Amino acid sequence: MSNEAVHNRRKLISMVMTTLTAACAVIAIAILTIILTYIGYKGVAAINWEFLVETPKPVGEGGGIGNAIVGSAIMTLLASLIGLPIGIGAGVYLAEFGDKWFGSTVRFVADTLIGVPSIIVGIFVYTLVVLPMTRQSGFAGSLSLAIIMIPIVARTTEEMIRLVPKSMREGALALGAPQWRVTWNIVLPAAASGIATGAMLSIARISGETAPLLFTALNSRFYNFYVDQPMSSLTVQIYNFATGPFEVEHQMAWAATLILVGLILVINILVRMFTKKKY
Amino acid sequence: MGSKIRIKNMDFFYGSNQALFDISLEIPDRQVMAFIGPSGCGKSTFLRTLNRMNDTIPIARLTGTVEIDGKDIYAPKTDVVALRRKVGMVFQKSNPFPKSIYENVAYGIRINRMHKDRADLDQRVEKAIRDAALWDEVKDRLNTSAFGLSGGQQQRLCIARALAVQPEVVLMDEPASALDPIATQKIEELVVELKKSYTIAIVTHNMQQAARVSDRTAFFMLGKLIEVNPTEKMFTNPDEKLTEDYITGRFG
Repeated sequence: MSNEAVHNRRKLISMVMTTLTAACAVIAIAILTIILTYIGYKGVAAINWEFLVETPKPVGEGGGIGNAIVGSAIMTLLASLIGLPIGIGAGVYLAEFGDKWFGSTVRFVADTLIGVPSIIVGIFVYTLVVLPMTRQSGFAGSLSLAIIMIPIVARTTEEMIRLVPKSMREGALALGAPQWRVTWNIVLPAAASGIATGAMLSIARISGETAPLLFTALNSRFYNFYVDQPMSSLTVQIYNFATGPFEVEHQMAWAATLILVGLILVINILVRMFTKKKY
Repeated sequence: MGSKIRIKNMDFFYGSNQALFDISLEIPDRQVMAFIGPSGCGKSTFLRTLNRMNDTIPIARLTGTVEIDGKDIYAPKTDVVALRRKVGMVFQKSNPFPKSIYENVAYGIRINRMHKDRADLDQRVEKAIRDAALWDEVKDRLNTSAFGLSGGQQQRLCIARALAVQPEVVLMDEPASALDPIATQKIEELVVELKKSYTIAIVTHNMQQAARVSDRTAFFMLGKLIEVNPTEKMFTNPDEKLTEDYITGRFG
């Protein structure tokens, strides 16, 4: 082949490959956009003030998901309070001291736990907490969400900490900083935005969980601020609406879904704002 | 002039791999000693034995003695944290912390609790940055990110950071290898200036640099110390044939 033919061939291949990857990117974005648009289209009609603050009422009498929003918020918050410190702590351990057999065991268990279907976590907490307490509770729901969170947060934290260059640690060690200080005020701040992203993803993940809550938090028709009692959540409420026989309920399911997606979006944006790199 | 650092019969291993062979060497107080030699000859490894930076490598092992001010720094009761405060280090690649310029320099002072109050801290930070010949360039932006500085400025910031904890010895591992000639010149002038107050050990690939800044030069090859002599003698009339071959560019 002449030089020019080679050149043209190369240009053609480059063009084809660029187009293919661009097409894949468009498809990925399009799926998300279609889902969001469809949810918006279906859900927006049923959203009004009453829907946001009222509790569920018998079919045909209106009602809303106020208690479910509050319940989801409480359980997600409590799950984060339990899950994030443990997950981040475990991740720090894995990254900084986890080179021995214990570290690789923890890593393996965490990876396995990530792959365990969430309903199994629900059954586990049901046996461990709900049965002894003799009733479902917001706490049991939070606990199962926290259990789902921990391995995800631990592994992302570990990855983010491992990305901090060795030279930065050595710089601090060379100044006479003890190991724990290097971890605490050099490595962690350097990895902070990555760790926050991992935490955010895990929060987004648990706010969409339904299965583990069915066994543990159950549901409630009322506003409930006590975590030792059954608690309503957006996801379980959506499940109830969606499996109901009436069109009005389906409408409400769409609307609640829209709220849930909106809240996850807000969490995403907030965390991104707070973890924007300062230096 | 007395010896600040005295190394006797040092062998160093990475696992079963011996990296340094029977090194004996004295580094005089308040002088610059340059370490030259081909890549992989153990210069950096040697430098990192002097502040026990190799401790971070689990499989590293050292025999023989390294004395600083007559005390064996590998003795079991040695406080490594105190040792590293006394023996500062500047790395090949500048490695500022993800903090402001001010906080980079203040870090070592803070963790070692050397300052009395905020004003004292300010003063120490300023002095360290001045000593690193960086003050005029950064005094108006002390609270901005250290990553906004140029490569040469970042390296001088790392020197300021090392000086801020008032070390007695400063180890420099090819501090100018990633810098342009002008930044390199600034670092070199700084090294010459610093030796009035500090003992300096500098690893360099650049033989002109060794000739320009150092009082004594040590030549390493394949983990062995081939020759140590006053720099002038080393570069004009070395004792060893190997040294001459290396310096004249016959290999390496």
